[in-house]
Amino acid sequence: MVLDIKAEDLGVSYGDNLIWEHINLELNEPGLISILGPNGVGKSTFMYTINKILEPTSGRVTIDGIDVMDMSFKDIAKKIAYVPQSSGETFAMTVMDTVLMGRYPHSGYTVTQEDLEIAADCLQKMHMGDYAMRNFNELSAGQHQRVMIARGLAQQPDLLMLDEPTSNLDIYHQIYTMRLLRDIAHERNMTVLIICHDLNIASRFSDRVIIFRKGTVYADGSAQEVLTEKTIYDVYSVKADIMPVDGRPYVIFHADEKDELDPDHQCGVIMDEKVEEAVKELEEQMI
Amino acid sequence: MVKIKYKNKINNLGKKLRLSESSSKMVKHGTEGPVTNELIIKEYRAYKYAKVLMLLVVAVLCIVAFGIDIGLGAYSLSFEKVYSLIIDRLMDWNQTMDTDMRVVWELRMPRVLMGLFAGLGLAMAGAAMQSMMKNPLADPYTTGISSGAALGATMAITLGITIIQGSFGTVINAFVFALLPAGFIILLSVYRKPSPAMIILSGISLMYIFNAVQSYMMLVADPDAAATVYAWTIGTLNSAKWETMPFISFVAVVGGIVLMYMARILNTMNSGDAYSKSIGINVNRSRIIVLVTISLVAAGIVSFTGVIGFIGLVGPHIARIFVGSDNKVLIPAAGLMGAGLMLLADCVVQLVQPTLPIGIITSVIGGPVFMFLLIRQKKEVW
Repeated sequence: MVLDIKAEDLGVSYGDNLIWEHINLELNEPGLISILGPNGVGKSTFMYTINKILEPTSGRVTIDGIDVMDMSFKDIAKKIAYVPQSSGETFAMTVMDTVLMGRYPHSGYTVTQEDLEIAADCLQKMHMGDYAMRNFNELSAGQHQRVMIARGLAQQPDLLMLDEPTSNLDIYHQIYTMRLLRDIAHERNMTVLIICHDLNIASRFSDRVIIFRKGTVYADGSAQEVLTEKTIYDVYSVKADIMPVDGRPYVIFHADEKDELDPDHQCGVIMDEKVEEAVKELEEQMI
Repeated sequence: MVKIKYKNKINNLGKKLRLSESSSKMVKHGTEGPVTNELIIKEYRAYKYAKVLMLLVVAVLCIVAFGIDIGLGAYSLSFEKVYSLIIDRLMDWNQTMDTDMRVVWELRMPRVLMGLFAGLGLAMAGAAMQSMMKNPLADPYTTGISSGAALGATMAITLGITIIQGSFGTVINAFVFALLPAGFIILLSVYRKPSPAMIILSGISLMYIFNAVQSYMMLVADPDAAATVYAWTIGTLNSAKWETMPFISFVAVVGGIVLMYMARILNTMNSGDAYSKSIGINVNRSRIIVLVTISLVAAGIVSFTGVIGFIGLVGPHIARIFVGSDNKVLIPAAGLMGAGLMLLADCVVQLVQPTLPIGIITSVIGGPVFMFLLIRQKKEVW
């Protein structure tokens, strides 16, 4: 069942460092939602506030009307799963044991047959069945990521959040994973929220795209609405052409040596319009 | 020519690689063909049974070492004799004891039991501490417990300052002072929510402070008292008495049970705080529960035996080599391994020189054993 998640006037700062404030977002429709944006803009931070990993400095997040800060970790975990980008295991267990961790919110002290079946099934879904009895630290980074996604699936949440789930995957598994996540979202009538840096992967598979720019939500909507040349330049300071492929925007970056990167780019800091004009003039002169 | 040569080489390499891949698959599953959920579950269960079996093997070895250890000494008794005497007494508790029975029950049993419980408690606490701190160098003393205990004991032995009067003065001093640094770190955990690295570093800085004060006390103390303190800091079982057994067994066993109950949470803490919270664990509360338990176990044991090093660090690692890092199996396995190592070390003490502090022997024996296992080790455990 899809959850009704609302971020109301949400704000987070780490010490004196304000990440963003006055964020208002609603996640209440099933489907695959991608969060895009430059490094350090607070995408992961936003995920953390949804399942209480991080306490917001202002505003609140509600799940079906209840403030997450009033909910226990276990109650949240029954509904929301989180897949980190990388894992920092010091003492590795077997892959199967690692996936079984995802059953924690649902099971008691002992592992049941049902837990085992779900874990094995999720491993197979991520094509990691062959590695079930390997030690987690014997795997490659991409395999780690697939195991962690399997672990997230094993939690059987209503909202699955993944932090850059395809960052270490080969092309085949990037496409495979994104399709799987999209299909799961539609079949199980749930929300899958991912953070992504590959605009084309996000564009191809997402039902909704949210773009963060320094301190704000810059754009929110379907891939067609959101992924435009202007948005990409405003957010990433990179010039691009948009080509429609299968009805979705396909982004081609101007990445040649002659397309000089903006030296003043700072995590998509909002530039003064006058400065922007001056920059454009300079660029024209250079061409 | 050159091109053809390389082409052949590449082809051969490809063949080799494919061969090794298929052979490794065969080894893994016994049969070729697609992996099914049933097969995965079957293998997983077999793996867990094997680990439990290993646990039983270590337990049996402990029982054997226990019997041998009690038999050793100036008045030596055979293994069978020891166990027949023990069973005899257990069947008929109120019997009048002959010499053999007295040697077993009154002279040797307290010492050996103390070793058993000390090894059990320290190694279980060590395993839990390593998992929680995500650090293979952590041990039960990481929060400064050993230096606190040493300071308390030094105060009692050199200056005669004790919290209570009487024969337990040193023990109570050691216990209370051991809990000082641990208590400070637990308070820190409540208010500051520190990371594992911060806890370890606070523990180390507390350790240096306590060590400095203790060193000064030893410098100004008279040489005899300093020697006593020194022997105490190495750790010995020779002061074991029946009266102290209920307390020691209680902290080791109950502490162990609490830690085993926390095993699943310790497993997930290894994946980081953020992930642990996301699957429903109140990380901070769990960390405080584990810290309090470890502190009470370690302080309880250390205050009676002195600072027995190495068991709490290496017991868990040796167990890890055999049973892996799943804390549900690791914590009891580490406990049994710690107990076994202590009994083995005590056997050596009895054979070499019964007055030798056991702390010396645990390191002398445990060190090479661990080195050997470490070098021979092929699988990646850490």
